[in-house]
Amino acid sequence: MNDSHSAMFKLQGLQVRFGAVRALKGISLHVNQGEVVALLGANGAGKSTTLRTISGLSRPSAGNIFFAGQSITTFPSTKIVRLGIAHSPEGRRLFGGLTVAENLRLGSCSRSDTDGIAADTERMFSLFPILRERRPQLAGTLSGGEQQQLALARALMAAPKLLLLDEPSLGVAPLLVKHIFEALAELKRQGMTMLLVEQNMKLALKLADRAYVLRTGSIALHGSSAELLSDDRVAQAYLGAAQ
Amino acid sequence: MSDLVYILQQMINAVSLGSLYALVAVGLSIVFGVLKLTNFAHGDVMMVGAFTTVLLIGVGMPFIPALFCGILGAALAGLLIERIAYRPVRNAPDVTRLLTSLAVTYILENFGILVFSSSPRNFPLPDALNESWQFMGGAITFTNINLLTLALTFASLIGLGWFITKTTLGLGMRAASEDMSAAQLVGLDVNRLIVVAFIVASGFAGLAGILWAAQAGVIQPQMGFTPLLKAFVAAIIGGFGSIAGALLGGFVLGALEIFIVAFLPDAITPYRDAIVFSLLIAFLLFRPGGILKPNREIKL
Ligand SMILES: Nc1ncnc2c1ncn2[C@@H]1O[C@H](COP(=O)(O)OP(=O)(O)OP(=O)(O)O)[C@@H](O)[C@H]1O
Ligand SMILES: [Mg+2]
Repeated sequence: MNDSHSAMFKLQGLQVRFGAVRALKGISLHVNQGEVVALLGANGAGKSTTLRTISGLSRPSAGNIFFAGQSITTFPSTKIVRLGIAHSPEGRRLFGGLTVAENLRLGSCSRSDTDGIAADTERMFSLFPILRERRPQLAGTLSGGEQQQLALARALMAAPKLLLLDEPSLGVAPLLVKHIFEALAELKRQGMTMLLVEQNMKLALKLADRAYVLRTGSIALHGSSAELLSDDRVAQAYLGAAQ
Repeated sequence: MSDLVYILQQMINAVSLGSLYALVAVGLSIVFGVLKLTNFAHGDVMMVGAFTTVLLIGVGMPFIPALFCGILGAALAGLLIERIAYRPVRNAPDVTRLLTSLAVTYILENFGILVFSSSPRNFPLPDALNESWQFMGGAITFTNINLLTLALTFASLIGLGWFITKTTLGLGMRAASEDMSAAQLVGLDVNRLIVVAFIVASGFAGLAGILWAAQAGVIQPQMGFTPLLKAFVAAIIGGFGSIAGALLGGFVLGALEIFIVAFLPDAITPYRDAIVFSLLIAFLLFRPGGILKPNREIKL
């Protein structure tokens, strides 16, 4: 669990501020190859900020981000995606005026291996069959659950080595949440490395190998999913920030 | 019978004027899409295109190559404007960016005055393009430059349609217009997309400027002002920021202006622009998203 030296991905003392607000107060975590790590915490704890900073949308005021043996802290988003970190953002953020097919195509815009892209498109359609039917439809007209599947597929089209997921169950009907998490479990079996932000703690811990709990910008707890599932302090961390 | 011919002639005029508005409005919409900025300098880029063409014709270049060089000149001007003026203030407050765009307008216009003086000059259109076609005993008339305008407008718009629906760069440009951070997250290089957007938009402005000046027969440094204003109205009527909306708005506005003059009583004709701008205000108040995008907020 502490083999952070060989970790594929690592945050070291990451700090992010928005004006006077200190959103992240120096967090460190790591993700090993093939691992699914959950990042839990109450509203406003800094989960999305962490993911956005990894992807280069926010810049840290201190600390470092390491991926595949190099510091990517100052890299632009394009380069980060090309190195193999894809991000399925909170609220999905699809291109609503573009079709499902066009959204998928843009998901692969960082690649040039035409055959690989075609094969991955097929793979997405077998992982999320509804997307095949919806191919020519505008993304903005899909249901919440369909949109979430498209958001995941769009991120996967980048052929990432590390997948960042921000609340894949948000605004999705319960039945589809189950379907989406089954798809994520399938990806995990195939060896995909993931950093998962999820409000639904039970669901996240069932999928994840390990988890970190964020509390107002600091890591309050971390441990294996099994440990954390039976730890009352996890639930307290959620309540704690809400007080 | 002659009524029908008259209507036909007015329809030709409407499409001809509308296509010019559409060309300008499309560029305005493309830049607005990626930067959320009303690019007032767009009209001056038209001027750059027209002046480049006139200068090159002046040194002996034939019209058609000079036209393409004018388009390139305008595209280059757009590229430089983005790089020098807009990029440094990209994340600044809206007011700052708006003022920057006005400043660029003044700088370009004064540069135009410095180089060409502020008095109008003739546009040296080749005689062949001034030749007119007459049908039905002169009841229907159009010139070769009218035809060329239509041909170039439709060819360039079809090219644009292909670009924004079939190429990754074009799709990326539309994606960035919808959601800049999401575009970054899929790995699109937004700097590059913005540069491409400026080149395409400015190329369109250049083409529009050249055709506008060729039809009017004169050029002057402030020539971009009126078309810019009209294109702005067209873009809002159609749906600001949307390329399809700009096209639609351009043709609607062209038709409206022609038909006001052609079919309404002479007493109303002088109020053509007043009617057009009242329509603009009505749209801003009651349907700010334009015909295509009801209820979407627009920002200057
Ligand atoms: N762009 C921003 N400008 C100012 N403050 C911000 C910005 N983004 C985030 N914050 C602040 O940073 C803190 C962390 O926000 P963040 O979105 O990372 O939380 P979160 O853990 O993802 O919450 P949620 O569960 O609601 O998604 C919050 O206090 C938030 O208000
Ligand atoms: Mg969040």
